[in-house]
Amino acid sequence: MNPTTRTWLLSDAPQTRRQARLGALYQGWLTFRANKLAMLGLVILLALLGIAAFAPWLAPQNPLAQDLAGRLKPPSAAHWLGTDALGRDILSRLIYGSRVTLFIVGTVALIAPVIGLFIGTVAGFAGGWVDQVLMRITDIFLAFPKLILALAFVAALGPGIGNAVLALAITSWPPYARLARAETLSIRNADYIAAARLQGAGRLRLLIGHIWPLCISSLIVRVALDMAGIILSAAGLGFLGLGAQPPMPEWGAMISDGRTYILDFWWVAAMPGMAIFIVSLAFNLLGDGLRDVLDPKGAKE
Amino acid sequence: MAHPDMMAGPGARPPSARRGARLGRQLRGVAGVLLSLALTLLGLLLVTFIIGRVMPIDPVLKVVGERATQAQYDAARLAMGLDQPLWRQFLTYAGQVLHGDFGRSISTGHAVTEDLRRVFPATVELATLGTLIGVCAGVPLGVIAAARRGRWIDQIARVVALIGYSMPIFWLGLMGLLLFYGILGWIGGPGRQGIIYDGMVPEVTGMILIDSLLSGDWGAFRDTFSHIILPASLLGYFSLAYISRMTRSFMLEQLSAEYITTARVKGLSERRVIWGHAFRNILVPLVTVIALSFASLLEGSVLTEIVFSWPGLGQYITKALLAGDMNAVLGGTVLIGTCFVVLNIASDILYRLLDPRAA
Amino acid sequence: MFQSSIRALMLASVVAFAPAAFAATPADTLVVAGQIDDIISMDPAQSFELSGQDVIKNLYDRLVDFDPVDLNAGIKPSLAESWEVSPDGKTITLTMREGIKFQSGNPVRAEDAAWSLQRAVKLNLSPAFILNQFGFTAENVDQQVGFDGNKVILKLDQPYAQSYVLNSLASEVASVVDKETVLSHAEGEDQGNKWLSTNSAGSGPFTLAAWRPNEAVQFAGNADYWQGAPAMKRVIVRNVQESSAQRLLLEQGDIDVARNLTPTDIEALSNSDKLVVGNEPRGRILYMGLNQKDPILSNPAVVQAMRYLIDYKGIEGSFLKGQFKIHQNFLPEGYLGASDENPWTYDVEKARKLLADAGVRSGTIKTTVRDMAEYSNVMQTLQASMAQVGLTLEIQQVTGAQSLDAYRARRVPIYIGEWGPDYADPNTNASTFAYNPNNADDAKLSQLAWRNAWAVPDDMNKATIAATLEGDTDKRKQMYLDIQQQYRDIAPIIPLFQRIERDGMQKNVHNWTAGGSVTSAMYGKVTKE
Repeated sequence: MNPTTRTWLLSDAPQTRRQARLGALYQGWLTFRANKLAMLGLVILLALLGIAAFAPWLAPQNPLAQDLAGRLKPPSAAHWLGTDALGRDILSRLIYGSRVTLFIVGTVALIAPVIGLFIGTVAGFAGGWVDQVLMRITDIFLAFPKLILALAFVAALGPGIGNAVLALAITSWPPYARLARAETLSIRNADYIAAARLQGAGRLRLLIGHIWPLCISSLIVRVALDMAGIILSAAGLGFLGLGAQPPMPEWGAMISDGRTYILDFWWVAAMPGMAIFIVSLAFNLLGDGLRDVLDPKGAKE
Repeated sequence: MAHPDMMAGPGARPPSARRGARLGRQLRGVAGVLLSLALTLLGLLLVTFIIGRVMPIDPVLKVVGERATQAQYDAARLAMGLDQPLWRQFLTYAGQVLHGDFGRSISTGHAVTEDLRRVFPATVELATLGTLIGVCAGVPLGVIAAARRGRWIDQIARVVALIGYSMPIFWLGLMGLLLFYGILGWIGGPGRQGIIYDGMVPEVTGMILIDSLLSGDWGAFRDTFSHIILPASLLGYFSLAYISRMTRSFMLEQLSAEYITTARVKGLSERRVIWGHAFRNILVPLVTVIALSFASLLEGSVLTEIVFSWPGLGQYITKALLAGDMNAVLGGTVLIGTCFVVLNIASDILYRLLDPRAA
Repeated sequence: MFQSSIRALMLASVVAFAPAAFAATPADTLVVAGQIDDIISMDPAQSFELSGQDVIKNLYDRLVDFDPVDLNAGIKPSLAESWEVSPDGKTITLTMREGIKFQSGNPVRAEDAAWSLQRAVKLNLSPAFILNQFGFTAENVDQQVGFDGNKVILKLDQPYAQSYVLNSLASEVASVVDKETVLSHAEGEDQGNKWLSTNSAGSGPFTLAAWRPNEAVQFAGNADYWQGAPAMKRVIVRNVQESSAQRLLLEQGDIDVARNLTPTDIEALSNSDKLVVGNEPRGRILYMGLNQKDPILSNPAVVQAMRYLIDYKGIEGSFLKGQFKIHQNFLPEGYLGASDENPWTYDVEKARKLLADAGVRSGTIKTTVRDMAEYSNVMQTLQASMAQVGLTLEIQQVTGAQSLDAYRARRVPIYIGEWGPDYADPNTNASTFAYNPNNADDAKLSQLAWRNAWAVPDDMNKATIAATLEGDTDKRKQMYLDIQQQYRDIAPIIPLFQRIERDGMQKNVHNWTAGGSVTSAMYGKVTKE
């Protein structure tokens, strides 16, 4: 980056709105970059994205190709991470599995906060009995044992990766709703909302145009911090056989397959476990760093 | 909400003073609390009931078995009341629950209340020990990390906590069992106690650690301890992650307050400042955090219980769910939901009682 | 400094925990680990789960039974010391042994035996059909089953083969229960069913000491048992789901017998000098059902081709190693008329040719499989080999309950699963694989043939019934061999493997039996030395 751009970004007196916004982003990036652990998380996740995108080129073998004669082989030059019970190459399965993981995390991270945002802001903005009813529903879902609720949904919808994602989304929206409601309450009576109202803005327009944007940044932090939990939950569902279906190389299901062989062929369960651990750690590191940048109040708290 | 299996993350927030106050306004007095409890539980019951009825698992089949003729099947269905309209089934069920009758489990053949009395103490025992471990290690770690903010010990505490949040606990359990029981032979294997001790300790509380102490059977106590220590430590690690992060946040807030600066200026030793002043002030929110962490271990140790063959509530509900045994699922869910709501309300009340600012 | 304290800690833990972890089981106690979470009742008239049968077998005696140390000897006298069949073959009279007492102290009378059978028929729960085969119904059973002094009299509706009747009487549903004790606990019209679900009232070698569902069943030896008190004063069967956990417990000496070991764990155990691994063929048949409602699978050429798409040897030698053996007939080894002809091999080329000749080049089938490693792995290898001949198989894993639900509704195109015999007679399998009296959707039968929508040819239906009425055992055997030969040529429900139970045991355990292919586990003769 050339020095002029840098000065322009860091200017104390931005000339335009755009300059101010970009400047703030850049400031945030500087703070974030100083956090080595967070950077490590970011690098791991970028690598994961790369792996998922280029899986067909990176995977040494077909992740579905079976070889019953060469099953349960320990890590070697031919199979860097060994082979599983059906003789499939574990490394290739992990590489393709990264797509599944990203799909799950990405989809849940899109659905759950949107449901939560909608319910929370409507409750906070409308107040009265709407608020009471919506928050009571939120409380009911919060009081549910979550894995069991997710299990019940998957059992009701039928096992499968799509339904697992849906079940996770359905069970993880309540905290977002609470957060969004709290944010809404704190800005509902702010002057500029009143000003917008005076200008004749409808309720819907106020909600979408003014309240939602203000809730989003704290939701994003929360989502980043929840990603690891979502990965672990999805793996848990896979472990119970209710997530991804064979032969899809989902990591949790791979652990579940491997636990039969854990005493003599530890790598079958250990490798996908390591993969889950590394990725969810990366998300946590990233989320922790993001919190410092986007939500200084939360970081202090 | 912290949760070993699910949804947890460093983003889990403590119940803030703001929320306590808000709740305080909402729930005027005990009646309000009870009403809210009843409504939530009724909702819980209704949602579970609906899920159970739309689930494509046929409970009748579990009762009559694979070889049943259509006539046997129809007779069983009639006997289970499944021919009634849904709303009437629900009313009948809710009526029974009000009388403390959760019906009979079709997957164990026992009354659900009897089953719950057996499996719940196992879960409570595990969650309690787990929380104890989490508190004993997590609180000092959090306090020290806050006192040495930004130093290496703070970084270590951060990494320790983040690892705790990132570990698939069922996987760690498998590996731990393999290492400590299979290879090293230091601890007891899966299950709550060695099989030869099965049924030897007279049952008082249902928590075998306590029961064996009460009966003075040291062999049984040691055996039980060697079985519970690993799963409890794993849950404890999770709870440590949450508690230490929260403790650190609370402490940082206190340490930046004016009265701390004043105390320091007055020349109090750092130790007194931290433990005598700052720490004393975070006790109240900390208790809330611990209560919530305990509640989440109660509901959230399903996978741990499965990996360790721990005959607890989580495993009971999961099994029942997969067998379409809705009486058992409903009973278990209501029990967990009650614990969760009661602990939540209790911690809020405690908060308001102890914290002058919230009053 | 840091390292030495770690070492001290390790040492301390070893001292603290080692004795508990390495304790061997007491000499008069048998500790078994198995998967017993299927038990829902201990009432012989209700229980029909595998583990429940194991329990009932040991709590009760039957009129006739198997000898645990010599299963091949077949049916032997038990509570009945002799029996005779009337000339028309329709009445069987069994004479009771004198002087036997129930565990309650009540004498075992012909009245108890007759009442137990009547009770099972009247309650009409899962296993009742085994008795109902002989024409008993809730309405007529009081006339058809009776007693006279110390004789039990059974009146049958047809002159059934004697072996067929006796084999059925050896099944758990025909256990003799203590009438007085059970009736004293009856609630309403339940004939004591609720009480007997969690209690025992038998005359068997063991009494029920405790049952905690999903956890453990405990037995106490019956010191007054008429065949001699069992050597084991206590038997504990603990539910341990995972094979790896069972193996660890066995290796550490915490249990005597492990019943659900996977092939890899068995292989590892066979090298140990403290342990032995049993080898008992069981009655269960792993089969592939091809639903004839599916447009692709109803093509006979596809059925033919599918037989060559199973990698029998590869599967037998890898993930089912030691757990199953190749067996391509519906009667398991150990049954009258069992056949050992296994004509099919894994031959993709042949399958491809069969399909090409019939003009089948591609197709997609969506099926479900129960979430058990055995079935799902077989299904996945099938998926791979079908892909080689242009057929796409989409698999969805479901729970046991869902799988059964869909199967009963004839909604599973390709079913991989096991069938276990219900009683020790060939008719138990013939009447389900090779018999389907009504292939209509609304018939809702429980036969496997019906579930796979296979309209069994009329002559095969008739042959199956005729075989139950053949009094001459040799002729009867030949009839079953003939049925199976025809079956191999045409049937779309294809037997693949027979289950072998390989129990890991401490070396000092003797006379252990899981029940072979004909019956359930029996602990009465087990010794440890």
